[in-house]
Amino acid sequence: MSGTYLGMPAFPEAARAAVRDRTLRGNLRHATHTIRAKRAKAVTEVSDWAELREAGRRIKDHTLRHLDRYLVRVEEAVTAAGGTVHWAADADEANRIVTALVEETGESEVVKVKSMATQEIGLNEALEAAGIRAYETDLAELIVQLGKDRPSHILVPAIHRNRGEIRDIFRAEMSEWGRPAPEGLTDTPAELAEAARLHLREKFLRAKVGVSGANFVVAETGTLVVVESEGNGRMCLTLPETLISVVGIEKIVPTWRDLEVFLQTLPRSSTAERMNPYTSMWTGTTDEDGPRTFHLVLLDNGRTDTLADEVGRQALRCIRCSACLNVCPVYERAGGHAYGSVYPGPIGAILSPQLRGTGSDIDASLPYASSLCGACYEVCPVAIDIPEVLVHLRERVVQGGPATRRGNKVLLKPAKGHAAERAAMRAAQWAFAHPGVLRTGQRLASRTRRFHPRTLPGPGRAWTGSRDLPAVPAEPFRDWWQRTRGGEDGTK
Amino acid sequence: MSSRERILGRVRRALADVPRDDTPYERAVPRDYLREHGERSAEETVELLAENLADYRAIVHRCADGELPKLLARLMAERGSRSVLVPPGLPPHWIAAVDATRVPDRAGSTPHELDRVDSVITGCAVAIAETGTIVLDGGPDQGRRRITLVPDHHICVVRVPGQVVSSVPQALGRLDPARPLTWISGPSATSDIELDRVEGVHGPRTLEVVLVD
Ligand code: SF4
Repeated sequence: MSGTYLGMPAFPEAARAAVRDRTLRGNLRHATHTIRAKRAKAVTEVSDWAELREAGRRIKDHTLRHLDRYLVRVEEAVTAAGGTVHWAADADEANRIVTALVEETGESEVVKVKSMATQEIGLNEALEAAGIRAYETDLAELIVQLGKDRPSHILVPAIHRNRGEIRDIFRAEMSEWGRPAPEGLTDTPAELAEAARLHLREKFLRAKVGVSGANFVVAETGTLVVVESEGNGRMCLTLPETLISVVGIEKIVPTWRDLEVFLQTLPRSSTAERMNPYTSMWTGTTDEDGPRTFHLVLLDNGRTDTLADEVGRQALRCIRCSACLNVCPVYERAGGHAYGSVYPGPIGAILSPQLRGTGSDIDASLPYASSLCGACYEVCPVAIDIPEVLVHLRERVVQGGPATRRGNKVLLKPAKGHAAERAAMRAAQWAFAHPGVLRTGQRLASRTRRFHPRTLPGPGRAWTGSRDLPAVPAEPFRDWWQRTRGGEDGTK
Repeated sequence: MSSRERILGRVRRALADVPRDDTPYERAVPRDYLREHGERSAEETVELLAENLADYRAIVHRCADGELPKLLARLMAERGSRSVLVPPGLPPHWIAAVDATRVPDRAGSTPHELDRVDSVITGCAVAIAETGTIVLDGGPDQGRRRITLVPDHHICVVRVPGQVVSSVPQALGRLDPARPLTWISGPSATSDIELDRVEGVHGPRTLEVVLVD
């Protein structure tokens, strides 16, 4: 995965800087709290949530346990429906395939639906290097792209930007990319959205090539599903002549009927809606309706390595709803950028080190970017036990052990008081020096469930020892915080 | 070795722990979730659809079959629409009273041409009450996907109670995955700016749904 941002500091340093940024924290806090409350309400509307969640978990687990079979079935079904299937073992190969497909069309620009997979492989940069311009069309992605910034949230990538910042970005940058921002643009969301509509419509109407990801691929029928709100997805999936979809191999569900589970749980978990405004489903190509040519690129890029880990493989169940980000006290304070990967928050903390390995400082520190409070597990619509995987990966970092890298079994050496250990300790220190994290830590005892008996060796022991701290606060934490660090970074 | 073989090989090695006689799909997934939430009469289901559509800022109208031409004519006039996209299989009497230029749904039209049309009128394949969703499947009264996407004003006619189901599971059972499907719940919307909901970013900014008895 080419997703480690160059020069990215390990999580603790990045988080420390982020925590000092008052605007960022204000924006994040507002956003996560709003969406969190809404989600809880949307979920209580559905009396069979627990059953849906269990069905979702089982469907995904079953698919992963027989992924070879379902991959072949997807290939057959998509091909039979008029599409072409490509296989990409890693990011470079996926980028080469997509670049070549675009070049075949003779076009030098593409419109893009927001997609985690294409971000993960750095597709825009690869296309740019080949002289092809990729226009992001999701409003938030547009804000990120125009602001020469990185996304900080799975669902609302510009969650760290407020309206004033967005207006400034539009005013300064839109003309570089196409239609300039209207004169006298204010910072009301309606005006900002209108400016984006005008700017992007110009691109949609002339686009010949669209690039997307997919939320689901149905093995039985070869159907791809994209769930969205704005209609930019429909534009990119419908108007161009050629459509290229880059999809992680974990996105498969076996049957058409399985969608009944995820189309109920995904919108409620992500945007807290009964249903998102638009969902597009297509099966290969349809005569005279939509793209004439359809390519599906099946992406591995570390997924099979993740699959090889019996504890860690559950991370591949993720449907990228982002509910775990919105409840995470660490994410709320550190922001998405601190994770140094396209997958931030709790899911990023377990997915990125598995996709990329724990070789770098940032990846070695990610399993520590959590308070293990368990809130992420509780909201996850496919019941990924994120705390369990975090503890497992921490063990891997400090103890070493067998892992799979690029399809080969390797024996990881234990980190010997070097980078990883230091990073880990600092991450732990950092987590415990922060009020919200500590507060949730107090609820730990009841939630740590099956890893209670475990004690981590080496630096991990010190870490485990510190878990007890929250149980006996000498004074209310907020008071302590005020007294010792108050005002330093605008925590209130 | 091709990447296909490489990936499939990696998957198989990664799954070495999975026993060959693993539970078959039919038994692996419990389906004890509900087929619909709550019990409702057909009329109550239609009312719930209307409520949820309106909750997502679609404008909802109800009328008897005979009143449809008048209603559609009024909706078009109120908006000052001078042109309307017409799918090939739209019942002609629906728009008999509409005073606007009819633009047929043609394969050869360019997106720019469609962008100049004021409104589009279509039927639908199925509507889902619990979520306030209408689903289009490209049928003759719905036309190509893009005609309900590019114009700024979409009027969708739903025949009630026949085309209305309660829930997502029931809707999937009625739909054909081989057709291109568009699920629409309210007009286009974004919450990307400080999570304030704004309608109409890229799709039609106004969605009117007519429930016809
Ligand atoms: S891990 Fe679960 S909660 Fe987090 S994004 Fe994935 S599916 Fe959603």
